[in-house]
Amino acid sequence: MEIDSRSSGFKSPYQSSGRGWRTYLFIVTAIIAVPMLVIFASLLQPFSSAWQHLFDTVLIDYITNSLLLMAGVGVGTLVLGVSAAWLTAMCEFPGRKILSWAFLLPMAMPAYIIAYTYTGILDFSGPLQTALRDTYQWQYGDYYFPEIRSLGGAICMLSLVLYPYVYMLVRVAFLEQSTAVLEASRNLGKKPWQTLFLVALPMARPAIVAGVSLALMETLADYGTVAYFGVSSFTTGIFRTWYGLGELTTAAQLCALLMLFVFALIMAERWSRQRLRFHHHSAQKKMARLRLKGWRSALAISAGGLIVFLGFVLPASQLAIWASVGWQENLDGDFLTLLFNSFSLAAIAAVCCLIVAVFLAYTKRAFASRAELAAVAVASLGYAVPGTVIAVGVLIPVAWLDNQIDFLSTTWFDYPTGLLMSGTIGLLVFAYLVRFLSVALNTVDSGLTAIKPSIDESARSLGATPSRLLSRIHLPILRTSLLTALLLVFVEVLKELPTTLILRPFNFNTLAVRTYELASDERLVDAALPALAIVIIGLLPVLLITKSILNERFSNE
Amino acid sequence: MNKQLILDQVTVQYDAIVAVSDATFALAEGEIGCLLGPSGCGKTTLLRAIAGFESLSAGSISLHGEYISTPKRTQAPEDRAVGMVFQDFALFPHLNVHDNIGFGLSTSSSSEKASRVLEMLELVGLVTVADRFPHELSGGQQQRVALARALAPSPEILLLDEPFSNLDAELRTQLAAEIRLLLKKNKVTALLVTHDQDEAFAMADKIALLNAGKIVQIDTPYKLYHKPGSLFAADFIGKGTIINVGIDASGLLGNNLGRLSVNALPEDLGNTVKLLVRPDDIAYDESSDTKLPIVSKSFLGPNYLYELALKDGQCVPCLTHSHIDIPVGDELPVRFDLRHVVIFNSD
Repeated sequence: MEIDSRSSGFKSPYQSSGRGWRTYLFIVTAIIAVPMLVIFASLLQPFSSAWQHLFDTVLIDYITNSLLLMAGVGVGTLVLGVSAAWLTAMCEFPGRKILSWAFLLPMAMPAYIIAYTYTGILDFSGPLQTALRDTYQWQYGDYYFPEIRSLGGAICMLSLVLYPYVYMLVRVAFLEQSTAVLEASRNLGKKPWQTLFLVALPMARPAIVAGVSLALMETLADYGTVAYFGVSSFTTGIFRTWYGLGELTTAAQLCALLMLFVFALIMAERWSRQRLRFHHHSAQKKMARLRLKGWRSALAISAGGLIVFLGFVLPASQLAIWASVGWQENLDGDFLTLLFNSFSLAAIAAVCCLIVAVFLAYTKRAFASRAELAAVAVASLGYAVPGTVIAVGVLIPVAWLDNQIDFLSTTWFDYPTGLLMSGTIGLLVFAYLVRFLSVALNTVDSGLTAIKPSIDESARSLGATPSRLLSRIHLPILRTSLLTALLLVFVEVLKELPTTLILRPFNFNTLAVRTYELASDERLVDAALPALAIVIIGLLPVLLITKSILNERFSNE
Repeated sequence: MNKQLILDQVTVQYDAIVAVSDATFALAEGEIGCLLGPSGCGKTTLLRAIAGFESLSAGSISLHGEYISTPKRTQAPEDRAVGMVFQDFALFPHLNVHDNIGFGLSTSSSSEKASRVLEMLELVGLVTVADRFPHELSGGQQQRVALARALAPSPEILLLDEPFSNLDAELRTQLAAEIRLLLKKNKVTALLVTHDQDEAFAMADKIALLNAGKIVQIDTPYKLYHKPGSLFAADFIGKGTIINVGIDASGLLGNNLGRLSVNALPEDLGNTVKLLVRPDDIAYDESSDTKLPIVSKSFLGPNYLYELALKDGQCVPCLTHSHIDIPVGDELPVRFDLRHVVIFNSD
């Protein structure tokens, strides 16, 4: 008995109920996979005549615009993210420390919010053009001004708020690069700038690819910006096919097409993360940053400052100004309902995600066989899948099920049930679960890897029961990860627009939906208050990451 | 002899902390030197100063007759003909072996470059793995790539920073001997940094021993071991114990240790001296009347290392064949062999 429990190590707490746990694991992942399966199954359905219409008219636009958007945002986030990472990780200049966390601020700004804010600033009637006209006595048509509501505008907006993905990963890659490798390059006769292009950047390539892939996944998922700017892309096309043409199957088939793009990105990201292993070298010595002096230092400060200004300070200030103008009439009972709806929805979704994530993470840890790992990997694909796609994938099977129940109930009991599940909070929460489970799972998983199986074994060999092991060892170590997971999902749900827009119950509004609706009606000033609320709450995870950045050994000198 | 590398009163300072002070050291062409010392003694700082990664606050470094570092001017690392093998080898993970070795070659003609790389690959015996990436190589192979990469641009001097610390213990001595042979054959001037005296002895013609930022002794390995110039050197190099012993004018030692020959004694000796006793200074002798109680013993395979108590309680080591197996607590008959013993003034 003694030997038995020791040889089976950390698996023993679950052993008695092992089969049950694994069955649940497969059931849970199967349910989570349903929306994706529905989307792909739609390809087996006959292609309706609407496809002919799509082919003849807008499909080419959807594809070319989405590709151009990806190319533009890819280049934009690459340039912004890598420069920001290079400046804060490898150089030394006044203000570097402030910039190293300020570069993360644009993460708090959802793309659709920055899009409509800039529209307000740059429009014909906006403050900038008005000032230009007043200064130079111009009239309408006298001068050229770039149109923000365009593909180029969408690229700029998305790049400004998505570059932090690249920045975070590349910055860490730079910091973890062995200083010795960079010194070896100098020792072999290469100047600092040659070292950047010959050694530092190629070594950071996997991190760059991973970061850009993430940014592009967000780009494909974006609905608010492209819809507001009137750019025809996949997401707007799916909405139009559904609501405009009423073609559910065609919309699902469009979703499947979009997923081809998404899978290419997933492959790129996975591949590069594997490469990262080989490129990881721990730096043993304190990093000697390149000291920038004179004009170089001034250039670094102004370039870095400009990125943060355009990506956060300017739009946030504009929102604050608008909000302060209209707050007396807008801060009413309706707004409080809005806040309550959003917060409770996000809280419920966060708790659900956390529970499922903890369950999956522990099951995976206890039974790390190929089938379980594959199941968990499938369950955590959601982060890459656009919210629009998930919403369509959730709605189709549920609508079918509702109709069947209604039909059976009517024929058998002569009692029409109506639509039981469609348009309920529960369904919305399920869609969030599918989309954001991976956010919680990654956080819990990385917390759990800190508890090595040998820790379990040593605790149990010291006589700890499974429950004591959980309360005295696991919970204290995991607490931060669990709270972080809750917070991250909470904020993601609060910001999520397309899923909510499609699946929300009738007359149920959230901050994101309300912001989008008001902005679409050109009531920019009224939209500012809910938008500002989203931005402020969006700052919470940024603060969290900032804290960990400030704790890094490299930034404390 | 023609001096290749000269360090003249070198001082390196980080803010208020003096890492190395007043270090003077020189290497002739083709000579292999070593900076030896415990961790934190400043040996790596000194090496990095030679490579150009640290600036001097006083003194100078010259290479092949040209100043490369003075307090006023630190020539950039890329502009000095110094090759370096880094502690963790610092191979470029995104380049294969061939491109790693060719990285520092600036010749414009690619055929010249390729032939130099091939020459280096042959030199270190890695021709067959030229297309592999660093993570596909063993530790020993990685080290040879690092060596070939540093030698490829024909540097005036080769620096090796703890080159064996990332390798298995068995591999170390073998590789140290191999590398010494390779460097000697190619007449490379080299400077090694290590905290391991075995590596230093296996590689170097000349060792500079460092302690707390200062060079305390520069000597050949043999002299450093047998004629340590200070208590620190005596303690750091080799196994041995330092004991306090009384002595009279005729050279008679207390504790029944016997008599030292008077002309070997330093002048102005006090009443007590410090004596460095190496394990081979005390020999097992069955016929001896001097018997010392055994405090502890450890089995080393071919030998036993005994620790014996003197009359006043101080302990001394004694190395015997491992067939001489006497239990702890019993007495071991020994003979003192004081011909090589090292004496320090006691103060």
